[in-house]
Amino acid sequence: MHEMSIAQGILDIVLKTAAEHNAVKISCIKLLIGQMTQVEPESLKFGFAALAANTIADGAVVDITIMPLVGKCNSCGQQFTVERYSFLCPLCHSANILVVSGRELAVDYLEVE
Amino acid sequence: MQIKVMTNILERNDQVAAALQERFKKAGIFVINLLGSPGCGKTSLLEKTIEALKETLSIAVIEGDLFTAKDAERIEQHGVPVVQINTGGGCHLDANMIHDVLDCLDLGVLDIIVIENVGNLVCPAEFNIGEDCKVTVLSITEGNDKPLKYPLIFKQASAVILNKVDLLPYTNFDLKAAEKDITAIHPGVTLLPVSCQNGEGLETWFNWLIKQVQINKGKENN
Repeated sequence: MHEMSIAQGILDIVLKTAAEHNAVKISCIKLLIGQMTQVEPESLKFGFAALAANTIADGAVVDITIMPLVGKCNSCGQQFTVERYSFLCPLCHSANILVVSGRELAVDYLEVE
Repeated sequence: MQIKVMTNILERNDQVAAALQERFKKAGIFVINLLGSPGCGKTSLLEKTIEALKETLSIAVIEGDLFTAKDAERIEQHGVPVVQINTGGGCHLDANMIHDVLDCLDLGVLDIIVIENVGNLVCPAEFNIGEDCKVTVLSITEGNDKPLKYPLIFKQASAVILNKVDLLPYTNFDLKAAEKDITAIHPGVTLLPVSCQNGEGLETWFNWLIKQVQINKGKENN
């Protein structure tokens, strides 16, 4: 259940950001979670709700966007969706692949009052 | 009001991990984060490694475990420094836990620290703990479907050790399929089939490890 550690990381970030903007209530937290991360969204929301009790993030909506796993071939430039975790270029079969998205674990933005 | 944040959730852990990495680098120590399921043979591999290399390399071990000191007790028998971290039910080690125990080790005399993570193919893959590289152990009895089920831990590993190959004749483990999946997830990864039981393949693993330590020392000197 490492979602609890991740939820704690989110809470630290949102409380700090809200304080910097003198916000009194956090109503929504937008997260970007990559497809190739070991995070279960429902566990994360559950853990966050528990940790956020009695803070200004209590009851905040946690809105998660799952980011698809996308690679870019450094040899031929082809950008492609990684299927079955095969990090080989579907066009030129190069193994020199840059992961463009799919590894995100980020707080994108907050809605505050 | 909307506030743009765009902050990595694991940023704090990554910062502590980067500071640890710097400390290890200064001390010229090569650090491995040893990963794998419970029972895959991480501790057995470590025991064999220590026995073979303790005259050549100065090795220390940090053991991650939920509640017990069983693995640390095994390592201690081999006469190398070992520190136990109990996560109290936590499913992975994080950078702070390593930071908190480092004073228990004499960094000035070490060539290599192996950090044996909590047995788990999921959570430890997300948390950097200051290591130079991750090594993932997969044992034959777990089945060859595991790389595609838990791809991240294989993607992150510099070397994947397939342990218990002596049991291949007694299981339906498809070695070719496992190798194909692992190299698709991580093209160019070092794949090392071994048996801690009969010693098969271990020499190749020891040589790989010695080479990594030498490369690391070279970096330090430059």
